[in-house]
This record gives sequence, structure tokens and C-alpha cells, in this order.
Amino acid sequence: MLTVSNISKSYGEVRALNGINFEVDRGELFGLIGPDGAGKTSLFRIIATLLLPDSGDVSFDGHDVITDYEFVRKNVGYMPGRFSLYQDLSVKENLEFFATIFNTTVQENKHLIEDIFKQLEPFQNRRAGDLSGGMKQKLALSCALIHKPTMLLLDEPTTGVDAISRKEFWGMLQRLKKEGITIVVSTPYMDESKLCDRVALIQDGAIMDLDTPSGIVNRFDKTVYKVTGNNQYQLLSKIRTMDGVQNAYPFGSSLHVYGSPELNLSGRLDEHFPDADIQVEIIPADIEDTFMNLMTRDHE
Amino acid sequence: MKRLPFILKKEFIQIFRNKAMLPIIFVVPIVQLLILANAADFEIRNIRLDISDADKSADSRELISKFEHSPFFEVSYIGQDYKGNIERLDRRESDAFLTIPDNFSHDLKSNHEVKLKLDVDGIDGQKANLTYFYAANIIRGFRPRINNIQMLGKKFPVPIQVKPRYWYNPELDYKNLMVPGILAVLVTMVGMFLSSMNIVREKEIGTIEQLNVTPITKVEFIIGKLFPFWVISLVELGIGLTFGKLIFDIPIVGSLPLLFSFTAVYLLVMLGFGLLISTFTHTQQQAMFVSWFFLVIFILMGGLFTAIENMPSWAQKITWFNPVSYFIEVLRLVLLKGSGFNDIMRYFGIVGAMALVVNSIAIFNYKKRQG
Repeated sequence: MLTVSNISKSYGEVRALNGINFEVDRGELFGLIGPDGAGKTSLFRIIATLLLPDSGDVSFDGHDVITDYEFVRKNVGYMPGRFSLYQDLSVKENLEFFATIFNTTVQENKHLIEDIFKQLEPFQNRRAGDLSGGMKQKLALSCALIHKPTMLLLDEPTTGVDAISRKEFWGMLQRLKKEGITIVVSTPYMDESKLCDRVALIQDGAIMDLDTPSGIVNRFDKTVYKVTGNNQYQLLSKIRTMDGVQNAYPFGSSLHVYGSPELNLSGRLDEHFPDADIQVEIIPADIEDTFMNLMTRDHE
Repeated sequence: MKRLPFILKKEFIQIFRNKAMLPIIFVVPIVQLLILANAADFEIRNIRLDISDADKSADSRELISKFEHSPFFEVSYIGQDYKGNIERLDRRESDAFLTIPDNFSHDLKSNHEVKLKLDVDGIDGQKANLTYFYAANIIRGFRPRINNIQMLGKKFPVPIQVKPRYWYNPELDYKNLMVPGILAVLVTMVGMFLSSMNIVREKEIGTIEQLNVTPITKVEFIIGKLFPFWVISLVELGIGLTFGKLIFDIPIVGSLPLLFSFTAVYLLVMLGFGLLISTFTHTQQQAMFVSWFFLVIFILMGGLFTAIENMPSWAQKITWFNPVSYFIEVLRLVLLKGSGFNDIMRYFGIVGAMALVVNSIAIFNYKKRQG
């Protein structure tokens, strides 16, 4: 469905994308996971025919994105990271405008956006600028879907959206996937990566790993220790100096420590902090642990 | 092209929904017309005039009394001393002085050529011109035969002949000259500013991203963006002319359809210019400053405040590339002089060519995809 081969793009001295390769199958929900500045938006803009790469090819459904951009524009729905609809037009006017410039009508493709549309309907005549963040995302998704694209490109659709709306949004994506729409979505939230069929971890313009979420986790060869205790900062500083510890990061209210299974972390911590109440347990790695370690390895 | 009506519909909704835009489009120009046309009134009164009368005859005294009764002059000193008068001019105690030679009365009676000399402080060229013009009128009214008034510009050479343009504005009513000029400026501002800002706005708020991934074509987008302002600017001219007629009673001698046709072509230049600016700026602020830069040059060098003939020759050459100067000229020619199509055909050609060039560059420069 989508083949990205060897895409590179520089902005002056800055290399935003450095030889990106991946393929997305028809009907797949593909995630691009990476921190801000990883190059996700540049990649989306290249696929969406908004930006020319310095080198490399992108083909969508057998059509070259660079030369056959008209085909791509007709069949791809793109939702930029920044809310890009007309804030001074109402919900209805936005939908109608985007439908008409694709030579279609809202009615014709209503089934695709049916459940989103039901939520938007009470706000039909409200200006897009006056909608809440979650509603704005829903409207943007509707507008990107209004011409019945075969592939959706969603650039950080859930950034800045509350937890409930995020959940709802991913629910909608699953339903769209059932309709047979291929979806490429980027997110800085690693918990969302579990909801994708396959994910590519991107850092500094390069793909560090690409697999199913469980595949990526299974390859992780370190043991994860979850350490809970008072005075996290002191704990973390101490742990980082210990032999055999590869990495340690704060994870919410606890610390995740990565190292070999023979670390004996619990015993050694009791030695250093005899009075403190410290709990250490070994937990299964998840994608976030994997990503944090990949990032560090890359920097070293 | 079947998308165009929908794009236009959206543009008009947005323009008329924008609470800041409507006053800018309709109220501000009218207020400006009312203020500027009254303020930019170059009529000069109470010119301080010294007279050196060597003749001291009944004729010379009659001429002096004509000056004394004119509302334009205030005769401040009458003496004989030429040198003293020059010094008074130098010290800026007077604006001009008139020398009546001792053979004035004799020459007048014997039908000889009569010579008078008028020295004018030429620091302010506009004022010097007017001083000369008013004085020449009084002298001509005194004895129609005195045609040769020698005039020496003190610091600025002032041409001797009365400019032909004044013929079509016999009372030298500056409003008749200013109102068409100000109308030109207003129509230009609305056309260039609003069009450049409107496109850049899409860039600034990011909506252009969403638009660029649609199958909308470059030409559809550009026409969709420019057409509303083309219409609005023409309406603006209509409103301006109505107010000019009702309030300032400016003459409308020539054909209005001709004037509107020319404006229609002229607007293509300014809208194209706005489009061009919007292709290389990214925020409304940048677009506004670049537009201002050009507009100020266009307007100041457009012949509205300083006659182009009074500019140095290098500056006159620059005005060849100034669309505003052609528009001001055509507005005056058609409104005041009643020029027909044949008289302004040349301007049609020049402005049409400009429109073609500017829009070609702008369309070439507008890209849906970035390198």
C-alpha cells in the first residue's frame, strides 16, 4: 500500500530524515513512535505531497508520490498535527467545504464518519474555533475522511487531547481500520503504540526498530526492575552509579532499572539505605522500556 | 474549475464574518477620504509679499492694490530697495517679492513689452509654484497684455509657464485634484493589503496545509483568493466616487464605465503584487511590512503629493514602474478632463502588461509543495 524507500531530507545543516525505509500493508494500522523533533512530521509531509525529499522514493498504491501527486491527493486523507481547519467557519461549513473541493458531498460519505458525526451534530453551527480540543480532533478527522480516502495520515492526532478523548479517538481508528482504511499515525505517547498493528520507533530521523509492539518487546533482553521508595532522586542517583546497572529512569511514581538478571538490586539497595522502605520487583518489559533503552543506545 | 464557486463562497463567508475586516474594507476608507481630502489641501493663503516699486505711478499703485486685495497675498513691505528685499527673503521675513521697474507705467502706455520680476522663496516647491500662479493671475487680470512675467526662483528654479493641468481645474481647487488621488490610494491599499494578508493568513494559521493536500489547483486557489478582493475594491471605488461627488462635488466629466474598466485591469496588478508578497512571507506581520514598504514608495512617488514633473529625472524614471502613478493619472484624466479610451489606451497597455508580468511571477512562485 505504502512503500517508503531510503527517504532523506535536510533543512540546511539539520538532517531531519536519514534514509527511512518501511512498508505499510493495506488495512494496517501503522504507528510512528518518536519524541518531538524525531522527523515524524517531515515524513508525513513528504508522503502527503507537501514536501519534496532530498532523495528516496515513496510509492502509494503503486503511484509515485513525487510525480503522481494528484492521485495521492485524491486518495489520501491527511490530518496535520496542528489544527488546520477554518476556525471562523462552522462545523457544517468546514465539512461541506472539504467535501465540495473533493467533488463529493457530506451525505455521500456520511457512513464513514457516522459515529463521529453523531457527536458533532449538536455543534453543527458552532464555529470550529469554539470547539473543545477533543471535538476539534473529531472534526479534523471527519474532514480528512470526507472524500473516502484509502489511506489516512494522522500526525500526532492525540497530542494535547484529554485521556478520555484519546481513548475515544483510538476507538474510532479501530473502526476505520475495519472499514479497510489503511492508517499511518504518529504519536509521542508510547502507551498508544500498543494499539497499532506494527510500529516504527523513530529517533533523530532514523528508524531504530520496526515490528509489532509485542515483537519489539520480546526482543528486549534486559531485566526490568521496578523500584518504589521515598526520595526517588537519591535512589536514582545511587542506582545509576551501581555496577551492572545499564540504565535507570523515573517512571511515574517508581523507577525502572535495566540490567542483568543477576543484579541483586534489592539486596544492594538495602545495604545502602538500611532505614528506607524500598520495594523492588521484576516486571515484564513494555514498549516504553524498550524505547528508552533504544534511545540511550543510540546516543552512546 | 467546478470547485471555484465553493472556494469563492467560503472566501466571502470568511471575509464578511471577520469583524475586523468589514470596518477596514468599508468604514476606514471613507473616513480617510473625508479627513485626507480636507487636510491635504494645498491651497495657500496669506503669502507674505514684498513689493519694490521703482515706478511710483498711478498704474503701479493700482497693481499693488490688486495684490493687497487678494486673499492669497499679504503685502507686508513696500520699498524700493532690491537688495533689502532679497535680505528679507533670506531671513524668511517674506515669501516672495515683486519688482516693478521704473519704466512700468511708460511701457504700459506706449504698448511696449512690460516686464515685472517676481522672486519667490523656492524652498517649498509646491508653495513657490502656487505663489507664481496666483501672482500671474492677478497680473493678467490687471492688464491682460502683460504676459511676460519674469520669474526667478530663488533657491529652486520654477518653470515660467503655467502648467496645462490647471486648465481642467480652473480655480485650482485642490480637492478636485486630491480626491481622485486619494481614491486611487484607497483602492490600491484595499486591493494589495487585504489580498496579501488573506493568503498569508492561511499559512499563518496552518489551514494552507489542509488545502494543499486537496486536489484544488493552483489557479483555482489563486482566483478564489483574489476575486473577492477584486470585487470589493471595485465596490470601494464606487463608494469613494459617490462620497467624492456628494461631499466634495468633484467633477465627473469622463465615462464611468471606462474608469471602472481601467480600475479592473489595474487591480489585477495590485492583487497580483499582493499575491506575490504572500508567496514569500510567512506571517501576516511580514506581509504587512513588505506591503507597506512598496505602498509608501508607490504612493509618495505616485504624483499625488509631489507632481511627477517636479521630481528629479532619475525619480521620474522610477515612476514608470509605479502602477499607482498610472492609476492616479487615469483617474484625474477621466474624471477631470473627460479623457476617452483613445487618450488612455497607452495606460491600458502599460498596466495590462504589468498585470501579466506580476501575476506570472506570482503564480510561478506559488507552490503547493515545498522543496
